[in-house]
Amino acid sequence: MIKFFLMVNKQGQTRLSKYYEHIEINKRTLLETEVIKSCLSRSSEQCSFIEYKDFKLIYRQYAALFIVVGVNDIENEMAIYEFIHNFVEVLDEYFSRVSELDIMFNLDKVHIILDEMVLNGCIVETNRARILAPLLILDKMSES
Amino acid sequence: MEAVNLLSSNRYTEKQIGYLFISVLVNSNSELIRLINNAIKNDLASRNPTFMGLALHCIASVGSREMAEAFAGEIPKTLVAGDTMDSVKQSAALCLLRLYRTSPDLVPMGDWTSRVVHLLNDQHLGVVTAATSLITTLAQKNPEEFKTSVSLAVSRLSRIVTSASTDLQDYTYYFVPAPWLSVKLLRLLQCYPPPEDPAVRGRLTECLETILNKAQEPPKSKKVQHSNAKNAVLFEAISLIIHHDSEPNLLVRACNQLGQFLQHRETNLRYLALESMCTLASSEFSHEAVKTHIETVINALKTERDVSVRQRAVDLLYAMCDRSNAQQIVAEMLSYLETADYSIREEIVLKVAILAEKYAVDYTWYVDTILNLIRIAGDYVSEEVWYRVIQIVINRDDVQGYAAKTVFEALQAPACHENLVKVGGYILGEFGNLIAGDPRSSPLIQFNLLHSKFHLCSVPTRALLLSTYIKFVNLFPEVKATIQDVLRSDSQLKNADVELQQRAVEYLRLSTVASTDILATVLEEMPPFPERESSILAKLKKKKGPSTVTDLEETKRDRSIDVNGGPEPAPASTSAVSTPSPSADLLGLGAAPPAPAVPPASAGGGGLLVDVFSDSASAVAPLAPGSEDNFARFVCKNNGVLFENQLLQIGLKSEFRQNLGRMFIFYGNKTSTQFLNFTPTLICADDLQANLKLQTKPVDPTVDGGAQVQQAVNIECLSDFTEAPVLNLQFRYGGTFQNVSVKLPITLNKFFQPTEMASQDFFQRWKQLSNPQQEVQNIFKAKHPMDTEITKAKIIGFGSALLEEVDPNPANFVGAGIIHTKTTQIGCLLRLEPNLQAQMYRLTLRTSKDTVSQRLCELLSEQF
Repeated sequence: MIKFFLMVNKQGQTRLSKYYEHIEINKRTLLETEVIKSCLSRSSEQCSFIEYKDFKLIYRQYAALFIVVGVNDIENEMAIYEFIHNFVEVLDEYFSRVSELDIMFNLDKVHIILDEMVLNGCIVETNRARILAPLLILDKMSES
Repeated sequence: MEAVNLLSSNRYTEKQIGYLFISVLVNSNSELIRLINNAIKNDLASRNPTFMGLALHCIASVGSREMAEAFAGEIPKTLVAGDTMDSVKQSAALCLLRLYRTSPDLVPMGDWTSRVVHLLNDQHLGVVTAATSLITTLAQKNPEEFKTSVSLAVSRLSRIVTSASTDLQDYTYYFVPAPWLSVKLLRLLQCYPPPEDPAVRGRLTECLETILNKAQEPPKSKKVQHSNAKNAVLFEAISLIIHHDSEPNLLVRACNQLGQFLQHRETNLRYLALESMCTLASSEFSHEAVKTHIETVINALKTERDVSVRQRAVDLLYAMCDRSNAQQIVAEMLSYLETADYSIREEIVLKVAILAEKYAVDYTWYVDTILNLIRIAGDYVSEEVWYRVIQIVINRDDVQGYAAKTVFEALQAPACHENLVKVGGYILGEFGNLIAGDPRSSPLIQFNLLHSKFHLCSVPTRALLLSTYIKFVNLFPEVKATIQDVLRSDSQLKNADVELQQRAVEYLRLSTVASTDILATVLEEMPPFPERESSILAKLKKKKGPSTVTDLEETKRDRSIDVNGGPEPAPASTSAVSTPSPSADLLGLGAAPPAPAVPPASAGGGGLLVDVFSDSASAVAPLAPGSEDNFARFVCKNNGVLFENQLLQIGLKSEFRQNLGRMFIFYGNKTSTQFLNFTPTLICADDLQANLKLQTKPVDPTVDGGAQVQQAVNIECLSDFTEAPVLNLQFRYGGTFQNVSVKLPITLNKFFQPTEMASQDFFQRWKQLSNPQQEVQNIFKAKHPMDTEITKAKIIGFGSALLEEVDPNPANFVGAGIIHTKTTQIGCLLRLEPNLQAQMYRLTLRTSKDTVSQRLCELLSEQF
């Protein structure tokens, strides 16, 4: 089960955070700083899976942005690793060559996309077309 | 509040924002929940798929208990109703999952469960994914209900895996068909044992083989995503194979595949391969295959830059360790320990300790390893580890001298860790006499060495060293004065710590007041420890938590050994009482007193008193009439294991004085089930009853699994006897009725008290007893090697006093003693003449009563 999904930049600012298991607001910031610290200190030869307290962190770096997913023991790490990439590809398609600014200014849309893909800690939809369908309809409605 | 208002609007965008807000920021305990619940209810009932979708999404994210109460009944119906849209079904499934997780009791198992299983066959793969997650969790709680899902999952999986890339266009990710769904299906299958239905099983095997084959094929795309996705499916498949543990060829193939990954360029793959191999190492089919990769793993341990990969390598080495490669692995782990991360050192220390102990063929190696361990990572060596090494050294005679020497040499290093001082202090205190002969390790040098570290140590270590000093006083009288000075010094007697002060004062007094015999008694060598559960393993399990590595230990563990909480003196005694003991009356109701024992100097060569429980894991002693050999062992000694089989172990401890004796029988339940109606009875033949009086206390009829009960037997010798009483045990184990009979070794020689006498007295009495009936002679072949020291010890153990320089032939053994019975006292004289060339003995016994001579001669002849 996915516990949380974070997008943090290299300076440690959280761009997106989604928690699938409830954690207090003040504890969240603490968690995020610790997590990003452990991810930033790793070099490129080291593997992308870190053991942190009682769960695992799987992270992937895209330019200046780190996407970190915290999972518990039963998940397949490789699958989650690819899922991160899938997510980025979906964003890429929607925003056409997504950048950090896109995410900052369209946070709600990113949330919607993420919600389509992950529900309650489980990956539910990975088909790009199906994920973006509701969002495209929404856009069409707001234009007209 | 604004958000809640938004929820009730009819426009999709507003509603969506409202729900988004709530799901992100509102937790389960907000007061707005009731309002939200209402809004959700309206939306669910609205039949508008988008609204329903949003509402379900919200429930899934927040999932509080009140929501569960409100919606738990409705959602399953929505899920399986035919007309709901696919996207709604997806959401509903996961919503149900969330509610189930939070409050499993509120989600009833209705008829919808079978419908849910059918969702696995749905066209829409999104629904299948959602359903799979749901079923996986539900199946873990109620496997029976969802058994049918196994076959469906298998068929779905095979359709996906074998499909051409054009079929599942939407869901194909870089030429890998539906990787996430495949992973989920494989995980669902892991909840169940391998399918019994051969068709299904065949399909599954085919499927797994296809996946493995695909891994071998050249990649269809150069992109890393393709290989990652492919490997994700592969790793999950390997987990399934390991979980099923039934197809040897699949296991071996999986192992080989992992072996290839071990040297892959990508660190991720190496990490995952090491992790999977750990679980693979436990399976019997593939254990051998795993061991072939040991060189690669050791290499990885040395060269990996990533600490988590190194950690996995250590775990794998631990899992794949067995007798053939134990030494190599332990050496590697020790060298790794020197550079390891501090947070994981303690774990590695525990692992090395366990491995060293389990696979120690030669205990000297074990002692070396542990001392090395202390030297390298002394801070992380927990108490259990060094308790264990001391326990082992005490239980094994052969390694005691070596341990003393090694510890002595290790202590000479300029900077010793405190744990080393503790271990060293204890061992030198017990076995320092074994190396005292060597001038480099004379007693004074040993003492100085330990004392030089004294001031650097913490309070508990100092307390231990003080105990060692008093043991030295006993072992080496020549250093007594030096030690007394140390004890007398103000820093000890007026020490701020109460424990140290008390020990110093008491030990000082003890050394000045007590005579050598009493001192020897009090400070006798520590008897071997009884064997119980190993607490090192328990400690490791606690540290690792749910990790699978320690579970492997349980399955591989063949012998469970014990750690004592701390050395505790057990009442050890012999049949010889040389000085009147200050202990309480033997037949009294007080606790069993530690009776005075033979001075430790004479026990140098013998292991009679010491080697008690250490060979309890040896061969099973047969029942009643065949227990002769055990019986014979007990003639010259009083403590030991009388009988052992799969279910229970009977141990004995006895002490005798003149014509009285007390025997403690320990019944150990070796199983984990209770024994019921446990009744031991002592049976004496009629004529025996006239001569031997036995009195027992009753025993609790229920013996818990792994527990030990004790029974005390009071013995009084009325007159001489030849037969031995029989102990009959009856109990119920599981459903079966068990009956065990064994001879109790209460023999005439137990009431034998040694008498010292000069050679003229001896020959005078010898002539007095010249009546032919009074003498019994036996010439027999030696059954055991004819060693002088051992023979002497046996004669003393038999109860007779060994008289030196009485017989003109120095090779002969001469003994004298008195048999005490209630009615009479019978003097006995014996002479044992060994013939080394012929490997035979001639034993002559003269007593004032012929039956006594006969019996004693029989008994003693068996011993040599």
